[in-house]
Amino acid sequence: MNEPGHLSLHVPEPAVRPGGEPDFSNVKIPKAGSVPRPEIDAAPETIRDLAYSIIRVLNRDGEAVGPWAGSLSDDELLDGLRHMMTLRAFDARMLMAQRQGKTSFFMQHLGEEAVSCAFRKALSKGDMNFPTYRQAGLLIADGYPLVTMMNQIFSNEADPLHGRQLPVMHSSKAHGFFTISGNLATQFVQAVGWAMASAIKNDTKIAAAWIGDGSTAESDFHSALVFASTYKAPVVLNIVNNQWAISTFQGIARGGSGTFAARGLGFGIPSLRVDGNDYLAVHAVARWAIERARRNLGPTLIEYVTYRVGAHSTSDDPSAYRPKTESEAWPLGDPVLRLKKHLILRGAWSEERHVQAEAEIMDSVIQAQKEAESHGTLHAGAKPSARDIFEGVYQDMPPHIRRQRQQAGY
Amino acid sequence: MARMTMIEAVRSAMDVSMERDDDVVVFGEDVGYFGGVFRCTQGLQAKYGKTRCFDAPISESGIVGAAIGMAAYGLKPCVEIQFADYMYPAYDQLTQEAARIRYRSNGDFTCPIVVRMPTGGGIFGGQTHSQSPEALFTHVCGLKTIVPSNPYDAKGLLIAAIEDPDPVIFLEPKRLYSGPFDGHHENPVVAWSKHPLGEVPEGHYTIPIGKAEIRRQGAAVTVIAYGTMVHVALAAAEETGIDAEVIDLRSLVPLDLETIVQSVSKTGRCVVVHEATLTSGFGGEIAALVQENCFYHLEAPIIRVTGWDTPYPHAQEWSYFPGPERVGRALQQVMEG
Repeated sequence: MNEPGHLSLHVPEPAVRPGGEPDFSNVKIPKAGSVPRPEIDAAPETIRDLAYSIIRVLNRDGEAVGPWAGSLSDDELLDGLRHMMTLRAFDARMLMAQRQGKTSFFMQHLGEEAVSCAFRKALSKGDMNFPTYRQAGLLIADGYPLVTMMNQIFSNEADPLHGRQLPVMHSSKAHGFFTISGNLATQFVQAVGWAMASAIKNDTKIAAAWIGDGSTAESDFHSALVFASTYKAPVVLNIVNNQWAISTFQGIARGGSGTFAARGLGFGIPSLRVDGNDYLAVHAVARWAIERARRNLGPTLIEYVTYRVGAHSTSDDPSAYRPKTESEAWPLGDPVLRLKKHLILRGAWSEERHVQAEAEIMDSVIQAQKEAESHGTLHAGAKPSARDIFEGVYQDMPPHIRRQRQQAGY
Repeated sequence: MARMTMIEAVRSAMDVSMERDDDVVVFGEDVGYFGGVFRCTQGLQAKYGKTRCFDAPISESGIVGAAIGMAAYGLKPCVEIQFADYMYPAYDQLTQEAARIRYRSNGDFTCPIVVRMPTGGGIFGGQTHSQSPEALFTHVCGLKTIVPSNPYDAKGLLIAAIEDPDPVIFLEPKRLYSGPFDGHHENPVVAWSKHPLGEVPEGHYTIPIGKAEIRRQGAAVTVIAYGTMVHVALAAAEETGIDAEVIDLRSLVPLDLETIVQSVSKTGRCVVVHEATLTSGFGGEIAALVQENCFYHLEAPIIRVTGWDTPYPHAQEWSYFPGPERVGRALQQVMEG
């Protein structure tokens, strides 16, 4: 131990910076199937270990193993694969559209497709997600039209949000997808309020809150956990740990807590950690937490361990702060390839069908894009009306806004 | 009709609203069992149960954030921030979320919440129990901001706010909770039972949001005020003998510009008074609007009488609070102009 003396400030650093060899030796990956599956009504204090391990179903060989395996049929898994591939193709096209100047901005999900796609399939109709800007899989897995998503991204005449919102800030009450805000973490506590409302009305619906690793440092993360814990709200509190908050590695937000899941323990909230690139594991854990909420047993916190393969956004260049090849070294691999391998092993899929599906999915995304572009893109074609700037600030337009609309010439 | 204090009127508004609509829920710090530190929610939990009126953790962003989520579900939360001075941790939720949910989702989601906050000084509240932060809300598009000045208005406006489809900031001047206050702190406290506006209907009624009320007809000068300063302005008019027309705005956003313009066009003079600090206060907005709309009727520069541009002090309460003497001097000055 040091003698008392001059103090020094500790500032965490990622293991590797650009130019270095990617190194994930500090990420402890337990064997697939090794983490137990507690009863739905397990007391939080009896399952503390689950906040420090990683629940995994698919092993290296693509087999589904252990107590969290076996909840999904071939058809359900094939659906899941299609959703993830659709999200990936969608991202690729929209990324390109941004580079072509058809929109101002885009954010992709590369490497994180399993998290939102699998979670959505564990929810029921009427449940409400409070997503961040990186959970479009919730919409795709629920059958939300790709054309409508693209219309929003292009801010065109058919944009459901009438050009008022930045691209990717979708909103769909009908699909259980709360309006996305640019302000991080605000929706985390709103989700808890929605869940409290469902409980107040003795309803059967539950809420799902979403947040990234970096945003857990926001005060609303703390508010959400306090309220969820106090009122035993029927909410699933999801933390997507993709290791990066723009350029900031997860250690800056996590500090000495060991894992993000461990944050839940101090609030008495059962907390699980799951392989975010394992579609089967994500679905199984989501189902466990959702059933818990549905049975009025209270909130669950889930940390999805994944990796942000792409840039933070179209305005970001990750090579400035992390090794270019870091994603290739990520020990949990690629969610699409892992599910593909599993389905082939099950005899439900093949390399040929995968190649064919890839082409078909890309074709349908391109078709959707053509249709969306026929309604205009940010700088070309039809646009939302400028008159619409003034609509919807309030339900009824107050006199001062009406005067301004007239002044603007509408 | 019954005689009510402002506290009883506010409580009655929530009682009436909770009785009429199962979707109205009330929560905040000490609001449940105890009935609120100002007694505004006394008896509501006993009457409506713990799931309709309950205590919240000490987390303003949590209270407002949860209310927003409840509103998205379909409830009509009426929540309390214990003092307006403590609304700042909720400012993100109020300004970036509550105010903009309807606009950013194109009406897919809405936010019919009311956030009640005791506001204003005159009670030796010092720096964090006296602030008047209304300008921090009036500057935010999507919010409505209301400041009642008496029990009758408080009840009618609060019911209207709860029934309003958009988020409403409801600022309750705590100096007026028990009785009217004209700034003469040396005089004994007066009770609302002796004031005509302490007569309040027991059942349901509303006062339209966005409508001002002329408290005193006059021809010489228009005084624009809200909250506690309405009573101060009335006292200043009587004491100076200047025939002032006193407008109680009641609602800051939306604003009853028509009543203001009519009055100033008639009197040709305008004094704006508020407790809040001067620079970038709501009085600046009023002065600008009067100048834009009544320029050719104005016979003197518009004067603002406000709190000083300092934090609200403790010992120097009555040198800070814009009392009837300061308002009276402004009335004399504007008449000379």
